[in-house]
Amino acid sequence: MAVPKRKMSRSNTRSRRAQWKTTAPTLVACSNRTCRQPKLPHVVCPECGTYDGRQVARPA
Amino acid sequence: MPTPTKGRRLGGSPAHERLMMANLATSLFTHGRIKTTQAKAKRLRPFAERLISKAKRGDLHNRREVLRVIRDKDVLHKLFAEIGPFFGDRDGGYTRIIKAMPRKGDNAPMAVIELVNEKTVTAEAEAARKTTFADSTASEAEETKAEDTTTEAPAEETKAEAPAEDTAAEADEAKASEAEDKSDEKKD
Repeated sequence: MAVPKRKMSRSNTRSRRAQWKTTAPTLVACSNRTCRQPKLPHVVCPECGTYDGRQVARPA
Repeated sequence: MPTPTKGRRLGGSPAHERLMMANLATSLFTHGRIKTTQAKAKRLRPFAERLISKAKRGDLHNRREVLRVIRDKDVLHKLFAEIGPFFGDRDGGYTRIIKAMPRKGDNAPMAVIELVNEKTVTAEAEAARKTTFADSTASEAEETKAEDTTTEAPAEETKAEAPAEDTAAEADEAKASEAEDKSDEKKD
């Protein structure tokens, strides 16, 4: 079975982990005129529960 | 060779997958709208629509075919008595999938799958042409829509102007436009 020959240094571990980055999600304003909360695009508004002018989910 | 099913298999075994699909379809027909994961919703859509097509044909053979999947006779009756005839004038596309926020716990992308409960535009037009009553209601609906668009436009204009003016005036205008929006909603 293949095994690592050497212990991975702290430096190498940390250099690898330094590349783990987060990205901010793209947000759009809710198309419901009374809501206008930022939400993810193409997703039911989590605030008012509408999508494309239809009430889809119960509002939060 | 039959075309393989689109998307990943569900569950751990073919039997488990069949059971899950049957349960999802039964829930969809009982409630009309269910929330599930996007993967399950995407697998359910063609499956459920095939059942509705059988329900539209509505003879004993098709009823027995559907009974192999939908084991609940109440749901079966609802499917053949209400859902099938309702979709009489719609050629496919009986369900609608809308994406929802990811689930708390495992961050699985969720979706709402529902039976389309609107009539098609052509069906409404046909109904409107045949009876005078339907015609009058249709014209009223058009008038209200026209009003909406006219009231909408000025509100947007005020919002666009607002940043150029004082902050106080901006706030006032924003409130006014909000009030207008709310009044619009009440009219609807």
